[in-house]
This record gives sequence, C-alpha cells and structure tokens, in this order.
Amino acid sequence: MMGFDFSQIGPALPGLMDGMVLTLKLLLLAVSGGVALGTVLALMRLSSNRLLSGGAKFYVNYFRSIPLLLVITWFYFVVPLIFKWISGEFVAVGAFTSCLVAFMMFEAAYYAEIVRAGVQSISKGQLNAAYALGMTYGQAMRLIILPQAFRKMMPLLLQQSIILFQDTSLVYAVGLMDFLNTARSKGDIVGQPNEFLILAGVVYFVISFGASTVVKRLQKRLAV
Amino acid sequence: MSAMITLKNVSKWYGDFQVLTDCSTAVEKGEVVVVCGPSGSGKSTLIKTVNALEPFQKGEIIVDGMSVGDPKTDLPKLRARIGMVFQNFELFPHLSITENLTIAQERVLGRSKDEARQKGLHYLDRVGLKAHAAKFPGQLSGGQQQRVAIARALSMDPIAMLFDEPTSALDPEMVNEVLDVMVELAHEGMTMMCVTHEMGFARKVANRVIFMDKGAIVEDCAKEEFFGDIKARSERAQHFLSKILQH
Ligand SMILES: Nc1ncnc2c1ncn2[C@@H]1O[C@H](COP(=O)(O)OP(=O)(O)OP(=O)(O)O)[C@@H](O)[C@H]1O
Ligand SMILES: [Mg+2]
Repeated sequence: MMGFDFSQIGPALPGLMDGMVLTLKLLLLAVSGGVALGTVLALMRLSSNRLLSGGAKFYVNYFRSIPLLLVITWFYFVVPLIFKWISGEFVAVGAFTSCLVAFMMFEAAYYAEIVRAGVQSISKGQLNAAYALGMTYGQAMRLIILPQAFRKMMPLLLQQSIILFQDTSLVYAVGLMDFLNTARSKGDIVGQPNEFLILAGVVYFVISFGASTVVKRLQKRLAV
Repeated sequence: MSAMITLKNVSKWYGDFQVLTDCSTAVEKGEVVVVCGPSGSGKSTLIKTVNALEPFQKGEIIVDGMSVGDPKTDLPKLRARIGMVFQNFELFPHLSITENLTIAQERVLGRSKDEARQKGLHYLDRVGLKAHAAKFPGQLSGGQQQRVAIARALSMDPIAMLFDEPTSALDPEMVNEVLDVMVELAHEGMTMMCVTHEMGFARKVANRVIFMDKGAIVEDCAKEEFFGDIKARSERAQHFLSKILQH
C-alpha cells in the first residue's frame, strides 16, 4: 500500500511560494555580495603587494577547506557578536542576515578563483593600452579588464551560482524557512512528508537543470 | 630650449638580466625618431620606459619637463599626454569604435560626452574610417584597427606619440594604409618616437634613426647620415641593415 496523496499540496502553495521567495532572495543577495567580495579578493590575490595577495590566498584556501554547514552555524552565533562589536550595542541579527553573510563570505572564495582566472586571461596589452591612455589602476580594471573578464567567465560564475542555489537549503540548520524547509515542515504537519519532499525534489531539479542547460548553451555561444 | 623627451643613462634589469644599458637620447619637439634593431635588443622596453609602462632602475627620463622616474610624478596624468600605439592594436574589444575613442577622453580628461564624441569622430574621419564608428573592433581588419588605435591616441591631444612596431602584425597589403597615416602625422609636426623596421618610412619622414643592440643605443644619428654611407655604420648596424634592406 504505497499510494501517494498529493491532495494537500494545493492549499500549501502560498506558503511554499514564500519559501521559494526567501530562497531566491537569499541566492540573489549572496551571489551579488559574493561576486563583489570575490572580485576584491581576486584583485588582492593578483596584486604585487605580498601582504594583500597573501591575505587573499589565505582567505580563499581557508574557506575552500571547511564545510559550508560549519560556516552557516558558526556565523549564526558569531555575526551578532561582530555587529555588536562594530556598533557597540546589541542588535538583533536575524537568521537571514547571518546566513547571507555566511554565504557571501563562503562563496566569495570560489568566485575569487573564477574572477582571478578571468582577469589573467585578458592580455597584458589591454592593461598597458588602458594605462597608456592615462587610466588609473581602478579605471583600467573597472572599465577595461573586468568587463572582459566577466564576459569570459560568465558561464563559470553562473554554474557556481546554481550550486549555491542548491546549497541555500543548508539554512535549515539555523531554522530559516527557505523552500526546502517550508516543504518539509508543511509535509510533516499534514502527514504527507514524502509527497512534499518529492515535489521539492522536482522543483530543485527543474530549476537547477534548466538553468544549467541555459548556461551550457551560453557557453557554446561564447566559445565560437 | 629643452627637448620634448630626454633619456639620460637609462638602465633597466630583469633580475640579473640587463635589458637596457646606459641609454641616452633626446627627441625635440616636432622631431620624428625611428628606433630599429634586432629582435630582443630592447626597443619595446626602451619606448615603454618613456611613458612609464616599464619602470627603470637607473638614469633619468624627462618628458615635457616632468620626470618619469620620480615617485612624486602623477603617472596617469603624464601618460594621458603621450599617445601610444601598440603592435597588436589593443583596441578594447568589448567597446564600439566610438566608445574606444571616447572612453579615456571622458574618464581621464573629463570631457563631456558630446565633446569627446566630436573629437573622436573627427580623428576617425582623418584616418578614413568614419563609416565604421558604430562597429566593434572585431569587425575591422588589422589595418583598420590600427588606424582606429592611432585615432584613439590622437583624440587625447597628445604632445608626443610613441609607436611600437605598429605595422609588424599586419598583412603586407595593409601596411601602407597605416604608414600613410603616420607620414601625414609626421608632416603635421607631431613629435614621434617609432620602433619600426619600415626603412621606407624612416627614409621619408625620420629626422633621426636610433639603432639598438643588446639593450644599448649603438647608433643615434641624422637620417641622411644613417642611410648615407653604410660603410661608416657600426658592424652590427651594417649587418642588420643588409638583412632588412634586402626585401
Ligand atoms: N618581463 C620580462 N622578464 C624578463 N625578460 C624580459 C621581459 N620582457 C622582455 N624581456 C627580455 O628583454 C629583452 C628586450 O625585450 P624587448 O621586447 O624590449 O625587445 P625588442 O627589441 O622590442 O624585440 P622585438 O623586436 O622582438 O619586439 C629580450 O631579451 C626579452 O627576452
Ligand atoms: Mg618589441
């Protein structure tokens, strides 16, 4: 007697949507912040200043060597303390913010390596041409090198972001109601846990696989 | 009156390897100086020290009264006043031809969009490519790209132009369209320092020819003298000239 009963999914859809909105919001903010921080780390890593490049190298190696789940749970406790240390008084930092900071800092290590490879793939001549026109290092990077590097690295950056989309589900560890956590708790409440998890699986698959297919096509187009 | 570009005993090392040895010369305002020499002799390195794309360890370079090696010199500002054209064109492939011409005018010189555009298109017209303003660099031939690169440099109203083998990456049939632009520029009185093996160009417009070998300036003399009595040249220069004048 293994009949499935999906009858309770309809009524639960608004709640599931809220969960998905949280997942996507977390994803978008984490990707933006992660890419921004990753770019700074990549430029530090490429700098001739030993201190800057050494610091960035340590950061990248460190975050690439520890589990994401650890970072999430750890930041849940640490981020409020840091906020308190900065602002001097206690501020209630929600699980969302601490998760966001954790993702941003963790993913930045991966984005940094992608951006670094992208910047290195642009010939030195482009930098020289920018300098020869009187641009500063900042202008040359912002206007000439990074736009080209990002164009080249876009498929890799997106692929990394799809992985992050799946990894956002780890926020269950600190009780954040993302899509997966919402599906699980709703399924438990109505007594249809398997059906809700199957639905969640299908949704994650469709989004990730669909996005991945689009990225592969983009990659092929960029390759020619 | 002091020269536009003065090099005094410039030396440079890559680790233990000395690329430039005691290089001294001067380029007067309105003068065209051609730099030639065998591959690896340090021509590119020398010309790049003039706008500080390559640092040097010893000696002094003065451009229009500014000391290039002085740590207090505002290098971006100095470079903005010297145009440079590279062997591989180095147009910015993600920007349209118009944007290539205007980006530094706007961001570096602070010109308005309109002014920059007007100036850029003026020079684009001068190199005969006005019709291509909306295209991207990848859509142009090598010769056309190099002419755009020259227009880009001229749009900055430079006090001098540096050329590093501007025609050596071009197919033979495109060399002349670029040289023609350079000749015209020379006739208008632009101060130019050109690394090139185009001896026809040197004969036509150069005031002086510098011959480099193994990082040192071996010959630095007036064009008439350089091409006049070949036998009076150094052995290395004779050898070099006999090789490139063959074809
Ligand atoms: N970054 C570097 N590190 C070490 N050696 C270098 C570097 N760049 C250039 N060199 C060496 O310095 C010497 C001079 O190089 P340069 O490019 O100035 O020569 P060139 O006269 O312009 O040659 P070509 O005609 O091939 O362009 C060469 O022997 C080259 O191998
Ligand atoms: Mg060279």
